[in-house]
Amino acid sequence: MDQKIRVLIAKPGLDGHDRGALVIAQALRDSGMEVIYTGLRQSAQQIAQAAIQEDVDVVGLSSLSGGHKALFPKVVEELKLRGAEDIPVIGGGVIPDDDVSYLEEKGVHKIFTSGTPTTEIAEYIKKLVRGEVV
Amino acid sequence: MGKQFHEAKKEWQEKLTRTQERFPERKDSFVNSSDLNIDPLYVPHQESIEEEYMEKLGFPGQYPYTRGIQPGMYRSRFWTMRQYAGFGSAKETNKRFRYLLDQGQTGLSVAFDLPTQIGYDSDDPMAEGEVGKVGVAIDSLEDMETLLNGIPLDQVSTSMTINAPASVLLCMYIAVAEKQGVPKEKITGTIQNDILKEYIARGTYIYPPKPSMRLITNIFEYCAKEVPKFNTISISGYHIREAGSTAVQEVAFTLANGIAYVNAAIESGLGVDQFAPRLAFFFNAHNNFFEEAAKFRAARRIWAKIMKEQFGAKNEKSLRLRFHTQTGGSTLTAQQPDNNIVRVALQALSAVLGGTQSLHTNSRDEALALPTEESARIALRTQQIIAHESGVADTVDPLAGSYYVEQLTDQIEKEVLTYLDRIEEMGGAVQAVEDGYMQREIHQAAYEAQKRIESKEDIIVGLNEFQLEEEVQADLLKVDEQLEKDQVQQVQNVREQRHDSTVKEKLKALEEAAKDEKSNLMPFILDAVKAYATVGEICNVLREEFGEYSGV
Repeated sequence: MDQKIRVLIAKPGLDGHDRGALVIAQALRDSGMEVIYTGLRQSAQQIAQAAIQEDVDVVGLSSLSGGHKALFPKVVEELKLRGAEDIPVIGGGVIPDDDVSYLEEKGVHKIFTSGTPTTEIAEYIKKLVRGEVV
Repeated sequence: MGKQFHEAKKEWQEKLTRTQERFPERKDSFVNSSDLNIDPLYVPHQESIEEEYMEKLGFPGQYPYTRGIQPGMYRSRFWTMRQYAGFGSAKETNKRFRYLLDQGQTGLSVAFDLPTQIGYDSDDPMAEGEVGKVGVAIDSLEDMETLLNGIPLDQVSTSMTINAPASVLLCMYIAVAEKQGVPKEKITGTIQNDILKEYIARGTYIYPPKPSMRLITNIFEYCAKEVPKFNTISISGYHIREAGSTAVQEVAFTLANGIAYVNAAIESGLGVDQFAPRLAFFFNAHNNFFEEAAKFRAARRIWAKIMKEQFGAKNEKSLRLRFHTQTGGSTLTAQQPDNNIVRVALQALSAVLGGTQSLHTNSRDEALALPTEESARIALRTQQIIAHESGVADTVDPLAGSYYVEQLTDQIEKEVLTYLDRIEEMGGAVQAVEDGYMQREIHQAAYEAQKRIESKEDIIVGLNEFQLEEEVQADLLKVDEQLEKDQVQQVQNVREQRHDSTVKEKLKALEEAAKDEKSNLMPFILDAVKAYATVGEICNVLREEFGEYSGV
């Protein structure tokens, strides 16, 4: 029996829209993962620290405030600063197509935008953790 | 209605059953967002029609206001078309405001950025990446002067979506009006000022519930005397619904919060008719057309009864539930965004048929970004078409008497009252919020809704059915990344140019007043604002005194 996949779901910045983060956290739990949700208003440093402390396999970021371009890459950087660049970061929210490639260049593994089924996200995370996606 | 009616009903029922054997219904059961069953047909169910009419509906402008708060509703004046707008700098937003007013909009509605809403200056480390993103950045009175430049505040009413720092922004508005020569007795508008729903659903809280309730009742008290035409709160179900609640929960939790504010104000020594006429509400309009229209009618009736029976309000204005409506942001799809224009039109129509006092129609591209000028214009045009072309505004409450709508209105009322009783038993809304009760109910409903979409039990056109293979995203509004740097520079300039000792003195006075629970903080905040103390500085003084709320 495999160990349970551990996921940190985090809300960077000041955005208070957490419906998506909460729904995804529950969907991932229902698909057999262990999910830690940080709550609102987390700084990139706090998120990176939590990811390491909780020994998670993946970090999922959610932002609907338009702050993703500044905030998501900062989490990637903070993980790197702590020698934890092996923890992949994925994200979602209200994110225009144009910004998706920018975020991926900055080291975010994948962006899931509005309308993505939660099952698709769960499948992706399983593959990501098994090393089946690059 | 004698035997004939019942015989005919029986015959119809048998015929229906036979037909359904050949053509089964599309779904096993038809339910709306609140999980209320939808019957195939609605028929009169009342024995004595006039008596029941007077008890449940009454005439428009009369208790219990089910049919509307004014006797003629839109036959004299349409609802206020009030589009929520704001992004980037005060200068840019001022330009959008003037554009919307030129296009026939009849009131302003200010969106502030998150740092302003949570009481941080643009140069605070907490603000990084968020300056000017979801609204306009306001740090000091100087920004507010720019924002409202050239807009006559004696003629235009302004709604401000601001909660935890509501007193600060209201004071800035008062100060700008005074500079324009408009006394505070004359300004009109609304501050949202509804902290309970921030804990429940929206997230821009600063202080814990108790001092937050004090700030709110301070505003009620101050405005009752000094700013009598301003709506001192907009008790909001909008965000509760966006967070995933059902229509019934939206009304129930909003009215429960309303009851909590009324109780707090009465406890602080105010008479109910002193402040209740200035209470306003803010609801959502989602897709299920009749459920939404009935919801507004039910909300009016319930509130009128609560104010009269529970609080003994005498002034008619205290009984009338006045509300703003915004169409449902979370119903918009990122896929085939032009379809959203149609959704918004239907939602807006339900709000108008439900008797709204003002309306914001969302733009088609809001599942992707803030709206472009073109999208914002189409959204406004949608309201103008409903008002001027559809004819729905030509008679009051045209859905009244529909068997379906009336029974739905009754059903929603009944379900809402059940929730209100439960919350009362828990010790009221403040306690229920602190226990996380509403938050859990909403989250559960949100998760169920998501599952229904993924299983295709609910069809969302363009999202889980009728999709396009390839979609090219249209041009979206982008907030200039340079803006944050400019805004940081600007607030630092303000700090250098102002009279520093005066600022210190005013902030000290505010700090002292905050320590005394009996003291109304409004005059102190107004003094600080006029000395160009910033939103962050004022909120930090109160953070020191009140502490910060950190979630359930």
